[in-house]
Amino acid sequence: METLKNTNPILEIEDLSVVYETDLETVRAVNGISMKIEKGKTLGLVGETGAGKTTTALSILRLLPENTGKILGGEIRFDGKNLLELPEEKLREIRGNAISMVFQDPMSALNPVYTVGDQIGEAIKFHNSHLTKEEIEERVEEMLKLVGIVPSRKVEYPHQFSGGMKQRVVIAMALCCEPDLLVADEPTTALDVTIQAQVLAMVSDLRDRLGTSMLMITHDLGIVAKTCDNVCIMYAGKIIEAGTVEDIFTGDRHHPYTEGLFGSIPNLKVKSSRLKPIAGLMPDPTDLPKGCEFAPRCEKCMEICKENKPEIYTEGAHQFYCHLFGKQGKEQAMTEGGGRDE
Amino acid sequence: MFMIFQKKEANIDASLYQGQSKVKEIWRRLRKSKGAMIGLIMLVVMAVALLGAPLFVSYDSAINQDFSLMLAKPCKEHFFGNDGYGRDIFARIIYGGRTSIGIALLATVASCIVGSMLGAIAGFFGGAVDNVIMRSLDIFMSVPDILFTMAVVYALGASFTNLIVALTLAYFTNYVRLVRSEVLTLSEQDYVEASKAGGAGGLRIILSHIIPNAVGVIIVNTTLNVAKIILYESTLSFLGLGMPSPTPEWGQMLSESREFMRNAPHLMIFPALAIVITACSINLVGDGLRDALDPHLKS
Amino acid sequence: MYKYVIKRILFLIPTIIGVTLIIYFVMNLTPGDPGRAILGSGVSQEDVDAYNHAIGYDLPFFQKFLNYLGNMFFHGDFGISYVTKQSVFNEIWPRYITTIELAFIGMFVSTVIGIPLGIYAAVKQYSATDTVASLVSFLLAAVPTFVLGLVLLFFFALKLNWLPSYGIPDWTGYIMPTLAISIPIAAQNFRFTKSSMLDAIHQDYVRTARAKGASERIVVWKHVLKNALLPVITQIGLNLGVLLCGAVVAEQLFSVQGIGSLIVARITLKDEPVIIAGTILISICFTVVMLLVDLIYAFIDPRIRAKYTKKRG
Repeated sequence: METLKNTNPILEIEDLSVVYETDLETVRAVNGISMKIEKGKTLGLVGETGAGKTTTALSILRLLPENTGKILGGEIRFDGKNLLELPEEKLREIRGNAISMVFQDPMSALNPVYTVGDQIGEAIKFHNSHLTKEEIEERVEEMLKLVGIVPSRKVEYPHQFSGGMKQRVVIAMALCCEPDLLVADEPTTALDVTIQAQVLAMVSDLRDRLGTSMLMITHDLGIVAKTCDNVCIMYAGKIIEAGTVEDIFTGDRHHPYTEGLFGSIPNLKVKSSRLKPIAGLMPDPTDLPKGCEFAPRCEKCMEICKENKPEIYTEGAHQFYCHLFGKQGKEQAMTEGGGRDE
Repeated sequence: MFMIFQKKEANIDASLYQGQSKVKEIWRRLRKSKGAMIGLIMLVVMAVALLGAPLFVSYDSAINQDFSLMLAKPCKEHFFGNDGYGRDIFARIIYGGRTSIGIALLATVASCIVGSMLGAIAGFFGGAVDNVIMRSLDIFMSVPDILFTMAVVYALGASFTNLIVALTLAYFTNYVRLVRSEVLTLSEQDYVEASKAGGAGGLRIILSHIIPNAVGVIIVNTTLNVAKIILYESTLSFLGLGMPSPTPEWGQMLSESREFMRNAPHLMIFPALAIVITACSINLVGDGLRDALDPHLKS
Repeated sequence: MYKYVIKRILFLIPTIIGVTLIIYFVMNLTPGDPGRAILGSGVSQEDVDAYNHAIGYDLPFFQKFLNYLGNMFFHGDFGISYVTKQSVFNEIWPRYITTIELAFIGMFVSTVIGIPLGIYAAVKQYSATDTVASLVSFLLAAVPTFVLGLVLLFFFALKLNWLPSYGIPDWTGYIMPTLAISIPIAAQNFRFTKSSMLDAIHQDYVRTARAKGASERIVVWKHVLKNALLPVITQIGLNLGVLLCGAVVAEQLFSVQGIGSLIVARITLKDEPVIIAGTILISICFTVVMLLVDLIYAFIDPRIRAKYTKKRG
């Protein structure tokens, strides 16, 4: 997009649209989103379950379910190459090597019939065919140590590990080829709260040590505040607000959905009797509204919101997908006398 | 760390608030499956033909021997021709179907009831009860089913009721395993945990949560089982262990046709087709139902 | 691991006793009279009673059962046939071997046809091979062994005259009975393997493997196949039960001198000792094979293996 001051993106997504097609229905999971990740930085992708975050992540490595998931259009440029046009074998060289992924559910992400050492070693072998067996084993042990697992446990099977330990194995697997970009899809959602903190601290630490860029997908604003440099907030397959962590957490002006998000988090400084959740549910992705996707739930909904999709309005690096920031919104604010953020 | 979103789906028991619309939804999906619709239409035609049989073909023509018509080829009066005793094959197939399908349906229902109950008990109570039921089941299942039904039919004598008893004894085992594992999975679901936490008792949980949710799997399996039991029942009668003569039965008709195979293959063709088409139609509906109940399996 | 093996082998004993009990119980529901059956109608009632007393037939059910079990286990003695007046065991054994041979050949054929085809159809889903094989296997699910056998008999023996229609004169005699019992099972294996493969293909760990950069070949042959074939192993074992039943029908249809045709023939003659012994022997064979299958499964699946190599025993 038109923000020119950052010049060194490792991953750029432009106007990506993804659908899931079955005989019965078409689910519009991602509807024309754009974002970019700077080298060495972490981008947080935030949204409710079903907002299209995982679909975005899977599209980057083209791992969408074969028979149903279809990328309708857009570009995903990694190091200048459009991943969506790359032949399968070239893409395989990137998967697990230059870009790797940590999945949401460590319980099912590991193959139950092979040892964890085998599975980590495999990832190393795919991209380092020159290494001998011993060298691979050595590297496996090194990786296990790195994520805090006793190397001798490499001969054990996934079912012998706890959830948190399994996620460590998955992370070791993702980092073993020192990728340039790590896509972490809700890496801690399936874990207990105490383990979450441990795993998160470990991921941040490793990212800083290895200088990896990261796409952190989460629905937890706390994680975003701790780990991310930039944030995209996703709703019904659209990015509705994007900016730096400061823009999102301390900025004055927000998309009504973002305000709703913060309204549903307990604030220790302000005394209030109850949380303010966002009323209603996300629209049915098989039948999206004609106008703004958030209009049916929006407290500040205007006539234009029901009819037309908003454009993207920018204030510095801070972007909004909302009519309130366009001409109409400003007029509305004037007539209401005062406006929303005076 | 603060979480703002909650997975809402997990705590909602689908069956509680949308029983009616769930049936509609399944019907909508089923209607889209060509195979299931073909199967269903054939079953309806068959049901009408079998139930209304006395209106257009008499039982007498199925059992009365007329040697002037021995091995007669199909003609206008006798659509499928006549067998080695001059009996009308069409009538025999219709009345044979009434017996065979009747036995199969009743045996399926009986094995479903007996098996599901045992399975629910084993799964829900667990421990020693589960152990006793499952170990006895292992033993039951060690006797290959046809041999077991043969032994039971031999011991009790071949009759309508005894055939149902024998087939039930051989088939209830399927349901025990099925329902038990279904109960075990379902009792781990959040909504069952939730109602346990809310103080609901064992019977209440089984009745209001587990059975409505297991019903889909049970229906699909029951449909497919009817086809299997029809095949088994006809196998028994082929081996000479079905209904005593002169009651017509498909398997027994095929058994008799062997003698005349060379000169009168129509004796073999029509009952064989009757068996295969019936089982095929039921399987079409069963497969369609399975896909309609669980659209994920299809992709 | 050996603990598991021993435990499973020891469990074989109660299972066999249980099987014998069920069959013995069912067969004793009809009042029999071995004395009359063996000595014939020309003998006085006193002699018949004396005979029944001598073989212990007038004892209470459980005592009779224990005697039967003892004779069976320790002497391989299954009593005397009412029809031939010979030792049941001697009469049954050669026919038992024939039946088992038939069932095992059927097991081999159905596995070799059904499983590779199922794997292929899952990997190349929606290809022509998949579509045709799926359709054929669907139709075959509705064709019982005896109908298939009749069709084979009609074409290959009667019309084309290629194969013998009666008994097993030489190896060609095996062809039709084997096909009749194994084709339905091959179709079932195909369906089962295919759905098991498709199940595995959609698992998260397959996505993980792809995300690591695994080639399609490694994804299928390493990650999918091993997981998908585990349930298939159990299915192959369970198939034997169906194959043994199929053998009973095929023997009857193709006049093969096996245990199935013997049982069917003796049912009409009310020769209980032969029926009981035949059913028990076939069940024992099935039980033993299921045990072997469970052990193989445990050796392959690390989840079960680990359970017994670790401290829990």
